Amino acid sequence: MSIDIETARRVAHLARIRVDEADLPALAGELSGILSFMEQLNEVDVTGIEPMTSVTPMRLKRREDVVTDGNMQQQVLSNAPDAREGFFAVPKVVE
Amino acid sequence: MNANELTIAGARDALAKGELSAVDLTMACLAAMDAGTPLNAFVHLTPDIALEQARAADGRRGADAPALNGIPLGIKDLFCTKGVPSQAASNILKGFRPEYESTVTAKLFGAGAVMLGKLNMDEFAMGSSNETSCYGDAVNPWKVDDRKLTPGGSSGGSAAAVAADLCLGATGTDTGGSIRQPAAFTGIVGIKPTYGRVSRWGVVAFASSLDQAGPMTKTVRDAAIMLGAMSGHDPKDSTSADLAVPDFEAALTGDIRGRKIGIPREYRMDGMPAEIEALWTRGAEMLKDAGAEIVDISLPHTKYALPAYYVIAPAEASSNLARYDGVRYGHRAKLGQGDGIVDMYEKTRAEGFGKEVQRRVMIGTYVLSAGFYDAYYNRARRVRALIKRDFDLVFADGIDAILTPATPSSAFGLGEMASADPVEMYLNDVFTVTVNLAGLPGVSVPVALDAKGLPMGLQLIGRPWDEAGLLNHAHVLERAAGFVAKPQKWW
Repeated sequence: MSIDIETARRVAHLARIRVDEADLPALAGELSGILSFMEQLNEVDVTGIEPMTSVTPMRLKRREDVVTDGNMQQQVLSNAPDAREGFFAVPKVVE
Repeated sequence: MNANELTIAGARDALAKGELSAVDLTMACLAAMDAGTPLNAFVHLTPDIALEQARAADGRRGADAPALNGIPLGIKDLFCTKGVPSQAASNILKGFRPEYESTVTAKLFGAGAVMLGKLNMDEFAMGSSNETSCYGDAVNPWKVDDRKLTPGGSSGGSAAAVAADLCLGATGTDTGGSIRQPAAFTGIVGIKPTYGRVSRWGVVAFASSLDQAGPMTKTVRDAAIMLGAMSGHDPKDSTSADLAVPDFEAALTGDIRGRKIGIPREYRMDGMPAEIEALWTRGAEMLKDAGAEIVDISLPHTKYALPAYYVIAPAEASSNLARYDGVRYGHRAKLGQGDGIVDMYEKTRAEGFGKEVQRRVMIGTYVLSAGFYDAYYNRARRVRALIKRDFDLVFADGIDAILTPATPSSAFGLGEMASADPVEMYLNDVFTVTVNLAGLPGVSVPVALDAKGLPMGLQLIGRPWDEAGLLNHAHVLERAAGFVAKPQKWW
């Protein structure tokens, strides 16, 4: 499976990474190289094998569905590039 | 001998006997770090924290001092440390100072350890040469000509700092070999524990089903001491195992008589350097001489581990790294007139992520996208189940540990792989990546110098949760190999 420029553009957008138009051919080439390396997986007979979800057979722990933490607005916002009046600030989303 | 050259066990004894104070030991390390600047191993220094912790440790000296009382350590930049820059060697986390402490560092400090600073690494732990770091390359203290060599990656700063005696031990993390490969490249010991042995809470996530933290140290005994302090159940990590932590140091009996060591034939790769092959044979003889039985085994799906890994790890990374959006922490790009929120995400991530991270996030996005999820991601997870089954079968047959080379070569020159295809760099992980896919413990032990004079290591792989037995095998190998070489100081 080889990746064309149009697919590279679409993947970059899905990943929310801006890629200059001029860099798309090189990116498509690199991604194609990596994908052709992965093609080897098609040689393996995986009939009847379930995809692995957890490497150690363990049941995830359960706990009461209650609030255990909170009241730290200051700490939550302390690393934000733009925090105002107790909120994270972003460019206008809704017109 | 300067105090910074001590092992953890040696320093522990000297501190207990009152021959040394934690403050003097810390000062010796801080001086070595200052002189070691050309190695670019430490990227954020925390001398004030270190001296405060050392003074507290001196107040606790005595018979009931905790396991790492007064021991100066370096911390990989991937661990969140409260109030101290923690950037995963990425520009996208520039300026980030966590409001919380990772479970591992909290446990280490609880055991009396001293933090000297944060260590260089590949960006988000994605790399095998420490050349993808936003801080620039870390440099291997080992040098045989005028070239600067890579300390390996991703825990390259940790490996360089321990090998150069800038600290007594360091934390590392290992997703595909990031503790074991740099340990082998620098002549030190590194263990990746069983998945779930060490809490991942507060460690910047790369591929959550593969990531494990572990110690990087000068000796196997030190690895046992430090791993004991790092391990244990953590309610904040749902994949952390609720199992008792054995006394790893007490397990170092040196007796492996009757143990069965598997030699997997599939690890004998085409084009493997004769030196690596000879080292491997020598290692097997050492274990045999100690009374172990050497058994040829087969792990038939080995060949598919690397391609499966390079589907699964980028898929998980693309999801984990979605959080870096310029809203809650780290870098946000300068926006132009009329730029909307999608422009903000795209520009921020293009500026903040380096090339290798961008490539892996995009590969991960592609293999998870509609229409390809089954063909790539689900197929890779099925192959992963088969890789794990290969190991389950040999362990069910009575194999106690598996011996393999740690890396396909000794350390290479910085910049030498710059024009290589990304896949060529990925081949560095060929012997280590199976262990992460199967969730097993694996340890790299320095065994010999190659003809150029660079360290080479062997890897031992253990049964799940048997780090104690694994470290005992490693201890026997270490003793038989008698590797004592140190890098010539050029820095």
